[in-house]
Amino acid sequence: MLSCAARLVRAQIQSKPTACWVVATRGYADIVDEATFTTSEYALHKLDEGPSQTVTVTRDDALKYYRQMQTIRRMETAAGNLYKSKVIRGFCHLYSGQEACAVGMEAALTPNDHVITAYRAHGWTYTRGVPPVNILAELTGRKTGVAKGKGGSMHMYGHNFYGGNGIVGAQVPLGAGIALALKYTGSNDVCVALYGDGAANQGQVFETYNIAKLWDLPCIFVCENNGYGMGTAVERASANTEYYTRGDYVPGLRADGMDVLAVREATRFAAEWCRSGKGPMLLEVATYRYHGHSMSDPGTTYRPREEIQEMRKTRDPITGLRERLISVNLATAEEMKQIDLDVRAEIDKAVEQAKADPELPVEEMYNDIFVDEPPFKVRGTNPFMYGISK
Amino acid sequence: MAALQTLARRCSTSILKRHFSVSSPVAAQMTVRDALNTAMNEEMKRDESVFLLGEEVAEYDGAYKVSRGLWRKYGDKRVMDTPITEMGFAGIAVGSAMAGLKPICEFMTFNFSMQAIDQVINSAAKTYYMSAGKQTVPIVFRGPNGAAAGVAAQHSQCFAAWYGHCPGLKVVSPYSSEDAKGLLKSAIRDPNPVVCMENELMYGTVFEMSDEAMSEEFLVPIGKAKIEREGTHCTLVSHSKSVGLCLEAAQILEKENIFCEVINLRTIRPMDEETLINSVKKTNHLVTVEGGWPQFGVGAEIVAKVMESDAFDYLDAPVYRVTGADIPMPYAATLERATLPGTQDVVLTVKKSLHIQ
Repeated sequence: MLSCAARLVRAQIQSKPTACWVVATRGYADIVDEATFTTSEYALHKLDEGPSQTVTVTRDDALKYYRQMQTIRRMETAAGNLYKSKVIRGFCHLYSGQEACAVGMEAALTPNDHVITAYRAHGWTYTRGVPPVNILAELTGRKTGVAKGKGGSMHMYGHNFYGGNGIVGAQVPLGAGIALALKYTGSNDVCVALYGDGAANQGQVFETYNIAKLWDLPCIFVCENNGYGMGTAVERASANTEYYTRGDYVPGLRADGMDVLAVREATRFAAEWCRSGKGPMLLEVATYRYHGHSMSDPGTTYRPREEIQEMRKTRDPITGLRERLISVNLATAEEMKQIDLDVRAEIDKAVEQAKADPELPVEEMYNDIFVDEPPFKVRGTNPFMYGISK
Repeated sequence: MAALQTLARRCSTSILKRHFSVSSPVAAQMTVRDALNTAMNEEMKRDESVFLLGEEVAEYDGAYKVSRGLWRKYGDKRVMDTPITEMGFAGIAVGSAMAGLKPICEFMTFNFSMQAIDQVINSAAKTYYMSAGKQTVPIVFRGPNGAAAGVAAQHSQCFAAWYGHCPGLKVVSPYSSEDAKGLLKSAIRDPNPVVCMENELMYGTVFEMSDEAMSEEFLVPIGKAKIEREGTHCTLVSHSKSVGLCLEAAQILEKENIFCEVINLRTIRPMDEETLINSVKKTNHLVTVEGGWPQFGVGAEIVAKVMESDAFDYLDAPVYRVTGADIPMPYAATLERATLPGTQDVVLTVKKSLHIQ
């Protein structure tokens, strides 16, 4: 009944991360500064050793990850509601359920590293530094949107963040190209190129693996395997669903994508590998999306509701982190509740602005065609209508 | 809209005339989606070698539900879900056609066909010629083309001009349900590679269907345009959704006693020059209307054809083109609206052609 990936994610329940339990009084004085946890096993491909299963996190970092994931969750929920009330149009692919991937990876990267992903990009746009209000305003098509409303959901860009790409798989060679530029300029930074289980079968992805390996490009290929390519479960699309092995000669590993600390550790491992000049690495994160493929897909015709409910109940990345933090006194339930309220207030305020801000004036539709070009005439919708592109 | 109003009028008069023996039949109605579904169903029933492949066409019933019910009826052998790998599955489809099958290869939108365009052009379109008539490729590539609503730059391109450019390829672009059913059936029966460009925004539009159109042997010939509305002052020629725009504009202009002839191209290649030229000779004015970009577009080709024909001597004004704006499609609603042609563009351009404005 369960999809292959769902089974995979559920299997990791069997080796549920253990913690150092401190069952004592819950006074604030007992709050610890850091704690150590054990993640579930990483699957390895062409690697003698993998990331550590023992992960340590500081209180500050843990709360930061919690806040970031909660922000993404609330922002995506708000986006879903705005879509239902038709304030957001076109395509809207929500990241809810996959928060640990973006937050965990970002935790092991720096703003100087580069990231490119596909269309399920709102969470990444946020972790890459774009404030939620500018993401939501882009979704509502306003001039305060990160692309002034010209791009929409799938075309948001930021510092060292190349979107937001609408054509399945196209972002992967682009990511290797970014990595090429990094190597070319002698940088120590890496590029993370994300794609899904559906895109993993694309020919251009394999062409990219080949060149990246031949040329030792500092590229981390990340397969966010959420079990379904639109409405097609992985078993029906891929002859080999072990996506971390699909790079063949590219070493790979699989981590639990619902565990933000496991994702961080795996990314740290992969980034170190790439930075040391050893060439590309493939990282598969087993994750799950709660919503349908996009807002026009209910997400329940090809997977059982029980599966979605079970994921939410037992594998939710935010709940998982909250439970961990409370269990070892890294944080109290009260302060996490406060974070929830703060995030909610921030997103609510952003939504109001995203609804109220104006769109670009129509004349500006002609801008941004070419860079560094003196102003030129652009034909409009009839032979007597021209705009000026600036 | 015009189609619905006609239907409403027809229905009401039929009801009033419902005697027991001589009532005129109420015309059937069908959405474009159902017309396409019916076409595929009928052709698959008729010919075992016809099959459908593409993303989400089987178990999901089609991304836009165009193939609803077909997998349940015909099974895995005839309706195949593919991975998201256009170059691969288009190539596989072409190969199967070379070996005698009659594939219908669906692109979820024609934007994604760019991933596979080499297979469409180099493997399908040119092969009959390169083999001096030895090797046929009886394939249909179909899917939604052009702008939808708010899907931004990468998902809004019109490919009529790109595919229409290539000899060896037939390219059809239906407007109504009758067009959709008849053209798709003809395309499937045609032993040549045919690109059938549908329109997502038209899938849910209801059109009247004549008795003839409802029959299983109903075909719309490829290469023949349809005069949707006769007129005398100006010819409007268009394809796909823009035909509706022309009909609306014609209604508006009629109130000012300007009578436009509206031609629905139906086929981009081979284009029905004869119908175009005859109409221009009659009205002396021509305006082309399309959703795609102006440069090297369908309208540009029509202008060239008319210039080079004897219809040139009949023109009382230059041929004008109404098109999408020459920019990548913006997402924001007011910008998108301003990027696509509207009735006011057509009305203005007709009046300019007639030197009224």
